[in-house]
Amino acid sequence: MGTGQDARRVVTDEAAGHISRVEELSYELKIGDVMTRDVQTLSPDMEMFDAMQLLRKHRISGAPVVADGAMIGIISIEDLLRAVENDGLHAPVRDFMTTKLVTVHWYEPVVKALELFGRAAVGRLPVVDENGKMLGVLTKGNITNGTLRALQIDYQEEEVRRYRASHLFQDIISDRTSLILRYRIEPRDFTRGGQASNHIKRALLRLGAHAQLARRCGIAIYEAEMNLIIHTTQGGVIWVEIESDHISMSTMDDGPGIPDVELARRPGWSTAPAEVREMGFGAGMGLKNIERCVDEMNLESKLGEGTRLDMKIVFPPEETFGDTNPAAVISRG
Amino acid sequence: MTLQDVIDQLQLKVLTQTADFSKVEPTGGYTSDLLSCVMAGAKKGAVWITLQAHMNVVAVAALLEMSAIIITEEAQADPATIAKANEEGIILLATDKLTFEVVGRLWDMGLR
Repeated sequence: MGTGQDARRVVTDEAAGHISRVEELSYELKIGDVMTRDVQTLSPDMEMFDAMQLLRKHRISGAPVVADGAMIGIISIEDLLRAVENDGLHAPVRDFMTTKLVTVHWYEPVVKALELFGRAAVGRLPVVDENGKMLGVLTKGNITNGTLRALQIDYQEEEVRRYRASHLFQDIISDRTSLILRYRIEPRDFTRGGQASNHIKRALLRLGAHAQLARRCGIAIYEAEMNLIIHTTQGGVIWVEIESDHISMSTMDDGPGIPDVELARRPGWSTAPAEVREMGFGAGMGLKNIERCVDEMNLESKLGEGTRLDMKIVFPPEETFGDTNPAAVISRG
Repeated sequence: MTLQDVIDQLQLKVLTQTADFSKVEPTGGYTSDLLSCVMAGAKKGAVWITLQAHMNVVAVAALLEMSAIIITEEAQADPATIAKANEEGIILLATDKLTFEVVGRLWDMGLR
């Protein structure tokens, strides 16, 4: 949850790329989106005792005081306690109301209100329009509920996207439908290492793949992706073709090529340079890992020309995409 | 056992954004500094103990959906690695203790 403390933090451009969805929402959501509109108001002339009864009846801990349509003060539990202490329960509300009003505008972001809650030690903020007319009241509870509701909508949208993607193979009719994903991998680009495999794994999950299947593809492609980053002179491409009952994945590069393919496949054997090994790569387990994850693997290489790695995973009958087994798709959601 | 228990008992420093770690229950552990071994051996939801602290450990942990990475022996994660971990929802924890001690204490706590 975005707390008052988070809200006070200065967000730099760099940090803005990494803030959580909840923090993001505190900037996106407007106060007017989450406030209570139907506000219980008090009149300045009513007795404090009646004000107390009204708050109790509506189970609220405070209310604005309005005279002739304009807000002139606010009553909170603290004001009621002061009235009790000073024998003032039968005095008019105007004697005990707080008149120093902290208000917010409906069009301001929720984060502005979080700041005020943190700084001004108030439990509720009257929300006003451009002319100072009261539109509603905002409490921390409103913010919590509004944020949760927005997160729920986010979640549903992702579900809908997933549902639509999972029907791709059912909705598009052809003799043989396939989806092709291509990625360009740059040599020595460790910063983005694993990005393509992560995107492929996510695409498979959206298409409705079982978690275990997506994981196997992810691991195999990750190793192949890192091989392109570590070993190639000019990088290479990852090419993934998804069909309803199997997935074919290939990586291609134009050099330097592997001198001895048999040796390269031997567990523990690696040609990774020392600085790359220091990062934990070059264990000589990459191809072994790929073999373990895929149903078919073929490695071809010519020294000085390049390397091509082909991998194939066949889906178990109950895990195919599309109308060969519609029940499986629906149950995956 | 929750991740909060692990953080408390081993006095780990949390590098990524705070969350309710008492809701995270590690399913096991794995230790290696060789990424391909981790790829082959680590289970989903496991805690990974390593002295690698560069950005690629985040990619590995995200792909394997591990619950947290404990970076040992005072290895320093740079801001870009921490930012990436926040983005991917991977929890980064740090300690000056030796890997051997961290693994031993986790085992003692009942993590298998």
